[in-house]
Amino acid sequence: MAEEIKQVNGSVVPLLLDDIDTDRIIPARYLRCVTFEGLGEHAFKDDREHDSEHPFDHPHYSSASILLTGRNFGCGSSREHAPQSLMRWGIQAIIGESFAEIFFGNCTSLGIPAVCAERAHLDQLHQAVKDNPSQELTLDLHNRQIHFGEISVPCEIPASAHSALTTGQWDFLSQLLSAQEDIQATAEKIPYMSNFSA
Amino acid sequence: MSNFVSEFGRSADPRHATLPCFPYVQAPLKGRSLLQLRINRPEPDAPSVSIGVGLQHPPDDPCSPGTDNSSERHPTMSDRRNLFNKVWDLHEVGTLPSGQPQLFIGQHLIHEVTSPQAFEILREKGLKVLFPERTLATVDHIIPTDNQARPFQDDLAEEMMSAIERNCRDFGITLLNLNDDRQGVVHIVGPEQGITQPGITLVCGDSHTSTHGAFGCIALGIGTSQVAHVLATQSLAMNRPKVRRIEVTGERNPGVFAKDVILHIIRKLGVQGGVGYAYEYAGSVFDEMTMEERMTVCNMSIEGGARCGYVNPDQTTIDYIRGRPFAPQGEAFDRAAQWWLSLASSDDAEFDDHVTIDGAEIEPTVTWGINPGQSVGVTESIPDPEQFHADERTGAEEALQFMGLDPNQPIRGLSIDVAFIGSCTNGRLSDLREAAAVAKGNRVSDGVRALVVPGSQQVRKQAEHEGLDKIFEEAGFEWRAAGCSMCLAMNPDKLVGREISASSSNRNFKGRQGSPTGRTLLMSPAMVAAAAINGCVTDVREMMTPVSV
Ligand code: SF4
Repeated sequence: MAEEIKQVNGSVVPLLLDDIDTDRIIPARYLRCVTFEGLGEHAFKDDREHDSEHPFDHPHYSSASILLTGRNFGCGSSREHAPQSLMRWGIQAIIGESFAEIFFGNCTSLGIPAVCAERAHLDQLHQAVKDNPSQELTLDLHNRQIHFGEISVPCEIPASAHSALTTGQWDFLSQLLSAQEDIQATAEKIPYMSNFSA
Repeated sequence: MSNFVSEFGRSADPRHATLPCFPYVQAPLKGRSLLQLRINRPEPDAPSVSIGVGLQHPPDDPCSPGTDNSSERHPTMSDRRNLFNKVWDLHEVGTLPSGQPQLFIGQHLIHEVTSPQAFEILREKGLKVLFPERTLATVDHIIPTDNQARPFQDDLAEEMMSAIERNCRDFGITLLNLNDDRQGVVHIVGPEQGITQPGITLVCGDSHTSTHGAFGCIALGIGTSQVAHVLATQSLAMNRPKVRRIEVTGERNPGVFAKDVILHIIRKLGVQGGVGYAYEYAGSVFDEMTMEERMTVCNMSIEGGARCGYVNPDQTTIDYIRGRPFAPQGEAFDRAAQWWLSLASSDDAEFDDHVTIDGAEIEPTVTWGINPGQSVGVTESIPDPEQFHADERTGAEEALQFMGLDPNQPIRGLSIDVAFIGSCTNGRLSDLREAAAVAKGNRVSDGVRALVVPGSQQVRKQAEHEGLDKIFEEAGFEWRAAGCSMCLAMNPDKLVGREISASSSNRNFKGRQGSPTGRTLLMSPAMVAAAAINGCVTDVREMMTPVSV
């Protein structure tokens, strides 16, 4: 059983942009590796090189563990290197307007809740974080609420991911493994698994 | 509409459903009227939260197309499930304790980039590969397409090659390595070898796995942890997406290729329009397409935000598969073909959503921005961010600034530095033929670096047999070995500095082609060839000899 993730507390790194693709989160040249170790330092590498003010380099946010972002975050390549690099940089939860699906699935299987909030609430949080970068945010995943100082806003996450994370069942491998017999039974009823034998 | 499932289960009334895409349609508004949207637009006050991942079909949800399986309950009635749901139902193993469905995976493809960490997970946990014969490996992303002598000059690339060689050896998996003439880009190799078949579930640690949906199967891109899941259990935890039928009616005009069709669809529906959906591509335009064209369209489903895309199997599909090395042979093939055809969505099949597009409105299409939805027809001008929805304006401005382009500037005539023909989107034989037809007897413009990279060794061999390599070389294109090449920046083929490339690949993201400041214009291979010759974006129709049909 994996850890039950009911709540995440931490300071926030604000990156309220839309359509951030996984090539930007981790440029392809850093995928030339056989382990995920060390990927943390390459998160947003190219964006950071071209923007000296990038939040991932800003001292205010260097100990942040919650990423605040926009719509369609993590679109593009399926590379798990993207959530791995964010996780290894220190991110434990992501709040955005929406997420690309493969990215979302990768996050869930790493125990990183990726929750959606309304844009107006994201704008409000964004401003509040900029005004007070050291303030901690509480993501109350169990009750689908976000608390930041005076601000309390709701968030959404698909029911299956919610239950997987909050009940510590996001380690899918062990669950899949315990269904060996059902897997064999399913295989037997699929025509191509027996090469269409008459 | 009994099978309509609203995003949060708040309401089964389609008028109140949350459609994640429509507040954010990427296309400039002017083209919108041509798209007959028979789908549910959100009310202006519809909830603005767009959960990009709302794939909930709880097992007890009576609205779920999966459980509303009327044919099984009433065997005399016709099966109104669409192909996606028929195939899904057959492969569903059960429901995991976490509440997610467990899906059996019929075919697994792996490559050198997203698999090494998965094998490490297996080693750490002392697990074996459950069905080694159901996984096939190839190498594509990191391999150089000019000098392939081992060890590679890039130590990191060499390390990845050794890793996949060792992993395949240790776990009993067939590897189509560089010295095997079946090697190539994973999404080209699968169909070419007859591994990709209708009715299967196929996954690969690569988002463009959607390509294989062209055969009428469920083809999904997955992450590395999931690669480990499939290796160890031949199954996945996966929520069932909804299904949107995209019907492209009428006929394509001459000079309009499959690439233009998918770029047009993404332009219309937006880069996140497909979130939460599998796309079924249907209508006369798809009926008429070859398998290679269908693959091009399905390949870019992911660029439209969809989980996957597919075309129903028909005679074209069967003819393509017959005789391929991994296809069933003899009587088994006939039984297979019969089963494949029976999976196609019937005329009265049910969908969660339906979009109709007029095929005649599609022009040769070119991207101007930094996502594949930011495109225009070649005769149009680059849009003015002012024309966009407020919440798309910043993105459009950012794109124009990055691309160094001005609003209202015609896209035609824009100078290019590099031309790239290849990738799993457009690196097949028909793509090379189309490009060669344009290149024949012409010369690549001075100062343009032009590359043709076949998608597989088989494609390369056949192209050489037809003399296409000579046509390209005589025109001044470089003729390379098979691989991903300049589609992404993991091998020596890269853009340099601010170079701008006309590319037949699938992504124009910032930095995608290897230079953080490099720029990409996506278009069909024939359009890339035309741009290479003229040194600028060109309407390929002006260079084509009219053929009478
Ligand atoms: S050709 Fe491009 S998109 Fe296709 S698998 Fe290779 S890198 Fe990915």
